[in-house]
Amino acid sequence: MRMKRKTGTEPLKNAFRKWLDGDTDVFSELPEAARIHDISREEAKEDRKRVDRMIDASASAGAVVRAERKGFRTFYNIVAVISCAALIAMLLFLVGNLPRYGEENERTVEVVTRYVEKGLEETGAVNIVAGMILDYRAFDTLGESHVLFTALICVMILLRQDRRNMTSKVDSYASLRNDEYFDPSGDIIMRSVGMLLGSCIFLYGFYILMNGQNSPGGGFSGGAVMGSGLIIFSAAFGMKSVDRYFSFKLFSGLTFTALAFYSFAKGYVFFTGANGLENHIPKGEPGALLSGGLILPLDIAVGLVVACTMFGFYSLFRRGNIGSDTNLTDQL
Amino acid sequence: MEFIRNFPLFTIVLSLFSGVLCMLLPARKARNYTLVYECILMGLVSAVLFYTVRTGQSFTYVMGEFPAPWGNEIRAGILEALIALVFLVIMFVSLIAGWHFLTTDIDGSKINLYFTLVNLLTAALMAIIWTNDIFTGYVFLEILTLTSCGILIVRELGRTTLAAVRYMIMNLLGSGLFLMGVVLLYDITGQLLMVPMQETVSVISHDPREMMTLVLSLMILTIGLSIKSGLFPFHFWMPDTYGWATPSSAAILSSLVSKAYIFLLFKIYFRCIGIGIFEQMPISRVLFILGLGGMFFGSVSALLAANIDRMIAFSSAAQIGYIFMGIGLGGIEGYTAAMFHIIAHSLTKSLLFLTAPRLAEVSGSSLLFGRITGSALKRRDAGLFFLAGSLSMIGIPLFAGFSSKLLFAFAAVSSGSERKWLLTMIMLAVSAVLNALYFIRTLIRIYTLDRSGSSGKRTTFKDAATGVVIGDTADQAAVQSKGFQADYVIPCAVLVAANVFLGLFSWVVVGLIERGLSMFG
Repeated sequence: MRMKRKTGTEPLKNAFRKWLDGDTDVFSELPEAARIHDISREEAKEDRKRVDRMIDASASAGAVVRAERKGFRTFYNIVAVISCAALIAMLLFLVGNLPRYGEENERTVEVVTRYVEKGLEETGAVNIVAGMILDYRAFDTLGESHVLFTALICVMILLRQDRRNMTSKVDSYASLRNDEYFDPSGDIIMRSVGMLLGSCIFLYGFYILMNGQNSPGGGFSGGAVMGSGLIIFSAAFGMKSVDRYFSFKLFSGLTFTALAFYSFAKGYVFFTGANGLENHIPKGEPGALLSGGLILPLDIAVGLVVACTMFGFYSLFRRGNIGSDTNLTDQL
Repeated sequence: MEFIRNFPLFTIVLSLFSGVLCMLLPARKARNYTLVYECILMGLVSAVLFYTVRTGQSFTYVMGEFPAPWGNEIRAGILEALIALVFLVIMFVSLIAGWHFLTTDIDGSKINLYFTLVNLLTAALMAIIWTNDIFTGYVFLEILTLTSCGILIVRELGRTTLAAVRYMIMNLLGSGLFLMGVVLLYDITGQLLMVPMQETVSVISHDPREMMTLVLSLMILTIGLSIKSGLFPFHFWMPDTYGWATPSSAAILSSLVSKAYIFLLFKIYFRCIGIGIFEQMPISRVLFILGLGGMFFGSVSALLAANIDRMIAFSSAAQIGYIFMGIGLGGIEGYTAAMFHIIAHSLTKSLLFLTAPRLAEVSGSSLLFGRITGSALKRRDAGLFFLAGSLSMIGIPLFAGFSSKLLFAFAAVSSGSERKWLLTMIMLAVSAVLNALYFIRTLIRIYTLDRSGSSGKRTTFKDAATGVVIGDTADQAAVQSKGFQADYVIPCAVLVAANVFLGLFSWVVVGLIERGLSMFG
């Protein structure tokens, strides 16, 4: 159902003002919007029937209905069960034939031994896993760090408010205001617990991030923890207080800097390594904070991207934007 | 080491950087930047192609200071460089020719995000083409999956979201199976790099029990990638995906993304398993049969399709069938034909996907067969391009489609097996007739004078339900008054020229592919 919103902006503005003062619900002033919920039972039934008829009339729906009548559903279920069973049987058979866990497998020895025995010496990282993913197989991780960024861009395309996914400016404005209205930040319990938890979590994330080369952790996990700290902050103190220092500009700038640094730093290492040049990156004392060559800076870059992405997801899902959109608030 | 050997690395790092950069740029700048940097990439890749042709051998490039089997590697040869160059040209052309629709299909604030995704997709394509490591293949395959869904949903219609969800589910199923296959292969061989893996495989190929597990793991991996590339019977996501995407995306998805999956699969067969061992496996026979099935059923579905974009999409399913049939046929001739068809079909299909919406534009924004009557007479340039593309798809001499069919027939004859020979010939004939049926029907329709005067009608609900709205802001009068559009005509002319070149001088490309294959394994 398409709603006509040409009632003029004047009543809307009044409605918002009233609503901001805490007088009334904004939607009560919008008869069209309210109609969706207040429609009578018979009318709704009619509407639904009309839509059903329209769909039935279309060619593709007809084919589906005919197929269903011929017992397609039963056939589908049987085939699904059979193919799942076949896949399960095949996988079980395969796993049964693989080399046993814990048993020495002479084929895997070559690669693993070098990682374990020479990892510390060659990468300077006590955490062999970090040395593996950020030094031996750094090209994979370069791709992996961009996977997350790609996912963020896809979510931004889907959820960030624009002319296409919002039916009108009023709509997007209302959703923004709605978010502020339902913001739980006024709550004293939220605030004090958020303060306590948020800062601890943030500190912990930072610790994981900085010690990726020496202990389990690193960019991905540290960044995720830091991101959740940010989310708790914004839930406890309101989006507005986070917006004050975390704008879209800062967000995109941080992501860009971190990923560009990652690409070029790793590109430089690949380049020097392949050409047999000296790369002049000190490995440092194993176990110290500044050790492991490029691992720490790369971890920080990845951590920033992951933290920004986590918070970006939250913000996009919550109100369809990252940072406060000044254009949107100026429109009305 | 010569400096040119660094170029494959540069293409990947530059594309990744450009992707992130485009997020910060405004729409028009992002487009211009993307076009410029695609030109640079083409230069780099051509240099690699030239270099490998001159030296006559492929080269391996160690990513970092650790050689195989400990570190990552990329490798470039004639075949890789050739495919990369073709992909880049098609990407460039699709972005220019589809720009008109990008501005109407995508919200202005998200065009830069579209280019971000396109650049990341380019990076993934480059990495998949160059990689010499099966796990790197998986990582960049993930980027390819996500970006391809992203350039589909960017249109933000309910139908594209629906199509993207379906595409995403099929793709993730494929990725999951592929990952499972990679893990199993790693467990069996203990290697992730392709060349050391092949060494181990040749050792265990004497043990039938080990071979059994190897074949089953490879089968899981193959099913994963064939779901992603749309091999019969997994091709039913294609019409919605290609039919609802904005034209640039449709061209990129059908010509580049699904071909990249096939290329990766081919590389795994050739380089991880070894072609001698692969040809003895039952997988090659299964692929042969499924390829034949795709050729037939794809064409039948295309014949039944009610709208032109769905028809082109289903015909893609048939063409994917051709490629897999070539791989299943085996022998250097079969692989050459398959690779040649990847190139030929990419060029033709992108042309068709970029042209169909132009025809729809002058016929009430509708792609239904009933509506496009006479559209080629209103839009002569688009009509001619569609004619060229159709002739190539049918396999008329002069065009690339003919050369690839000839190569397939030749490969079938030299495969040595009488059954394969006969089946291939029959299916080639049947499929060619079916192709001709639906393409000639379309051609007759678009060149028939429309007397009913229905072209100006608005799109109705029924049209929307059967799949037909293009460029929702397209103003009829404005569209028809537009004359020569350089940004559409020149790129499409380039595609047609490349197509004719492949048809007339196919021996140049075939020679390159054969030399490439000889250094591929």
